[in-house]
Amino acid sequence: MKKCFVALLIASLFPAAQAAELTGTLKKIKDSGTIVLGNRDSSIPFSYLANNSKPIGYSVDIAQAIADEVKKELKMPGLKVKYNLVTSQTRIPLVQNGTVDVECGSTTNNVERQQQAAFSLGIFQIGTRLLTKKTSGINDFPDLAGKNVVTTAGTTSERLLKKMNEEKKMKMRIISAKDHGESFLMLESGRVAAFMMDDALLAGEMAKAKKPADWAIVGKPQSAEIYGCMLRKGDPQFKAVVDRAIAGLYKSGKINAIYDRWFLKPIPPKGLNMGFPMSHELKTLIAKPTDKAAEQL
Amino acid sequence: MNYNWDWAVFFKSTGIGEEIYLHWFMSGLLWTLALSLCGWLIALLLGSLLGTMRTLPNRWLAGIGSAYVSLFRNVPLLVQLFVWYFLIPDILPESMQTWLKQDLSPEVSGFLIVTLCLGLFTAARVCEQVRTGIEALPRGQRQAAAALGLTTAQTYRRVLLPQAFRIVIPPLTSEFLNIIKNSSVASLVGLMELLAQTKQTGEFTANLFEAFTMATLIYFTVNMGVMFTMSRLERKLRVPGLIALGGK
Repeated sequence: MKKCFVALLIASLFPAAQAAELTGTLKKIKDSGTIVLGNRDSSIPFSYLANNSKPIGYSVDIAQAIADEVKKELKMPGLKVKYNLVTSQTRIPLVQNGTVDVECGSTTNNVERQQQAAFSLGIFQIGTRLLTKKTSGINDFPDLAGKNVVTTAGTTSERLLKKMNEEKKMKMRIISAKDHGESFLMLESGRVAAFMMDDALLAGEMAKAKKPADWAIVGKPQSAEIYGCMLRKGDPQFKAVVDRAIAGLYKSGKINAIYDRWFLKPIPPKGLNMGFPMSHELKTLIAKPTDKAAEQL
Repeated sequence: MNYNWDWAVFFKSTGIGEEIYLHWFMSGLLWTLALSLCGWLIALLLGSLLGTMRTLPNRWLAGIGSAYVSLFRNVPLLVQLFVWYFLIPDILPESMQTWLKQDLSPEVSGFLIVTLCLGLFTAARVCEQVRTGIEALPRGQRQAAAALGLTTAQTYRRVLLPQAFRIVIPPLTSEFLNIIKNSSVASLVGLMELLAQTKQTGEFTANLFEAFTMATLIYFTVNMGVMFTMSRLERKLRVPGLIALGGK
């Protein structure tokens, strides 16, 4: 173990000795003088657009660290950093066709997506839970029987909820809204009793609500998911740089400052505090980074 | 580009009960057809009525028709849908709100709202086409009907509308095709029609291109079917010499 560490240390001291020729994404970035980061518009507080429509958030800070690492690696301090907006439908094709070099948002690392793209070390871990009105009387998933429930289309929560409904014959009526903002609108307008989603995103929606104090996140987490940054498959050179940037944040403890900034302090646009302390699972992920999906662990 | 094609994806299990992804596409197609057909029924009836009104001598009735067209044709369909879905229900009386939002299942209430929205939007377009059809008829037709002593109602029922509708079958076909394609906005309010199922399959399997190819083929096939049926209908209803006469 110690030997291995020394070898790594030596290798990192002489990067030029091992990486002679650039290939793949790094070559593309060097040739074009630009790195393109994929961002989202409403994944609060991971990657979203605030007042001046500049992308901000926890994942954006991590993407910036990746861009800095690439600048160092290529010795190009003047490297241009460009953002490209992606949606849940476009993020995979845009990474694959080279429009976006690395996408850091709220993308769950799962086995299906690994067929299409590569994932960096995990950057966050969530559990899927429920957002509901404090007065609704819903405390856990079994309380949803016979109720209207919303979730966002195309998410793991949607699959879990439908599965639960089928297997436990709960007679829930499930709506799949197009994005988290709309899911929350369905909840706020009284169409549904609860909104199932990743707990951190629920906290983000809650912070946006007209009266945040009326809402609560409840229920036993139905699944654990690890978010990762997505990059092109079969590009170990670039992946090594991306992973090094993320591991660097973890090792130096800078990740704690980033976490505090987005989850424990007031954030734009309304200056609300998510008040979402770091979970035990995320602490474990930071101590032992992995690029595997939660289901593969 | 580094894409992993997998055409067998449609036959894979969705992980929910016994379903495979193809079932999702089929149920999506049924919703799409139900939405477009019901919406089309509203559009055809209301649009014909308004289109006729716009050509009537009565200034008030004509004015109502043209106000309707201005309102519904100048606001994007998506904006109209969000107004119908999120705004209007909230200003209804409390009892109707509970009925719409809680007593009805989300599918049914979504279906009612989207059908209404599509129907009203398309009615404005049908209205303009029916009006154009009537106005395209030679003025002599109306005058001859009046000379024969027919009332306005009789003139429309016996002389003008039977000819006007024959002329506008081709543009009405386009509107019919449009409403089928426009029904995809329903995916934005959580109704699991064809596009919503496509996106969902794409997200679940990460095989986006296969899913969208399937959706393209289904929309294309359905619309080709409509085009074929409508052109058969047009040929069947054709009165020899009428179109040429109407065009002059």
